[in-house]
Amino acid sequence: MQDEPTPEELIRAVADFLRNDIAPGISGHNAFKLRVSINALDLVARQLSLAQASDAAETARLEELLGRKGSLGELNRLLADRIAKGEVGLQTPGLAGHLWQTTMDKLAVDQPNYASYKRELGRKGS
Amino acid sequence: MEALLARCVAAWCSGATGVVGAVRLSGGASQETWSFDITHPAGNIGAILRRAPTGYGAAPARAAGLDAEAVLMQRAHAAGVPSPRVLHVLKPQDQLDIGFIMERVEGETIPRKILRDDRYAQARPHLARQLGEVLAAIHGLAPAELPELRRMTATGEIAELERDYRSFDWPRPVFELAMRWLRDHDPGPPEQLTLVHGDFRHGNLIIGPEGLRAVLDWELAHIGDPVEDLGWVCVNSWRFGEIDKPVGGFGAREELFAGYEKAGRRVDPARVKFWEVMGTLRWGVMCCGMMQRFRTSPEHSVERAMIGRRASETEIDLLRLLAPRGRA
Repeated sequence: MQDEPTPEELIRAVADFLRNDIAPGISGHNAFKLRVSINALDLVARQLSLAQASDAAETARLEELLGRKGSLGELNRLLADRIAKGEVGLQTPGLAGHLWQTTMDKLAVDQPNYASYKRELGRKGS
Repeated sequence: MEALLARCVAAWCSGATGVVGAVRLSGGASQETWSFDITHPAGNIGAILRRAPTGYGAAPARAAGLDAEAVLMQRAHAAGVPSPRVLHVLKPQDQLDIGFIMERVEGETIPRKILRDDRYAQARPHLARQLGEVLAAIHGLAPAELPELRRMTATGEIAELERDYRSFDWPRPVFELAMRWLRDHDPGPPEQLTLVHGDFRHGNLIIGPEGLRAVLDWELAHIGDPVEDLGWVCVNSWRFGEIDKPVGGFGAREELFAGYEKAGRRVDPARVKFWEVMGTLRWGVMCCGMMQRFRTSPEHSVERAMIGRRASETEIDLLRLLAPRGRA
C-alpha cells in the first residue's frame, strides 16, 4: 500500500500552487499554456476522484445491456460494433439512458463547466 | 522577412517605401500567417501574408491550396462578400514561396469578446441575419468562375469521418450512433451544387461594432451542398456557452434562414439539422485527431492533449440532438 498524501491530493496541491503563486506573474503565450496545463491537472484530479465509481457503474450497465461480462474496453468495443451494425439503437431499451449516463460521467471529468452539461445536470434523467 | 517583403511590395505597390512590424501570427500544419505594415507617404497599409513555405509539410488533403484561396477571395470580394482585398499573389521572383498578400481588416475574432463585450452589443442582434445574407452571396458565386475545388457530398463526408474515426481505434458508442443516424438520414445530393466555404464560424469571421467585416480562411472551401455551411455555423461548439442561440451564440436559426432566403434560396430545416449533426461529429473527430497528433508529434503539446478531452463535449451535443431528454 502506498503512503499518503494520495495522487489526487498531490495534484491538487501542485495545481493550486501554479494557479495562485505562479500564474499571476506569467504573461503572453506562456500564460495561456500555463492555464491549459493547470486545467489538465484539475482534470486529472477529477478523474482520480470520480472515474473508479463511474467506470464500475458503466461496466455494470454494459453487462446488462449486452448480456455478457468483460472489461470496460471490450464491452465498449462490442457496443460500438453492435450500434454500427444496427443491432442496437435508440429504440433498444436502456441504450439511450446508458449513453446519457456515460457521457455525463465523462463531462464531469473533462469539462464540468460546459454549458450543455450544466443544462443537462439540471434535468431529471429519463 | 521584412527585407524580403519590402522587395516584394516595391514591385507592385507604387509609392511604397518599405515594410515594418512583421510578426508571425499563427502556426498551421501547412501555412504561415504574417502581419505587417507597408510604409507609404499617403499612409501606412496594414497587410497580411498567407504562405506555405516549401518543405513545410504537405497541405492536408482537404485544403483548397493558397492559389485557389486567393482566387476565391478575389471573387468573393468582387461579389460584395465582406472579404479582405487580395493585394498580390506571390510570384517565384518574390522568393516567398506560394501564397498571397491581402489587406488587413481590423476587428475582433475572439468569440468571448464578440458575445460579451458592450462594444459588440449593437452588432449581435443583427449578426445571424447578416451571416445568412453573406452565405447566400457565397453560395451564389458563379461556379464557372471558381478555381478547381474538391467536390464533397454528404455520403462522401460520412465515409471520410468514419474512416478517420476507425483509424483512431478507440470505441465511441455515441459517435457510432451519430454515424448510423447520418447514414439513415442522408438527404442525398442538393438541388444545386455550389461553392461551400467549409469553415464559416467564429474565428474566421472578423466582427466590428457595426457587424461582420470580413470572412477569412477559405482553406476548406469546396463544391458541395450549400446547407453544409448553414449547419456548421449552428454547431454548439461555436456557441461558447450561449447554447440557446444556435447561430454562433448570438442568434436564432430563423434569423439566419431569413437572411439567407432574402436572396431567393429556400432553406430546409431538416437538411440543416443533418449538417449540424455532421458538423458536431466532425468537430468531435477533429478533437480525437488532436489527441493522435499530441501522441505522435515531438512537440508533445498540452494544448492538443486537452483538445482531445473535448471530444466528450460533442458527444453530449450529439445526444442532445439525437436523443433529447425531457425538458426540465
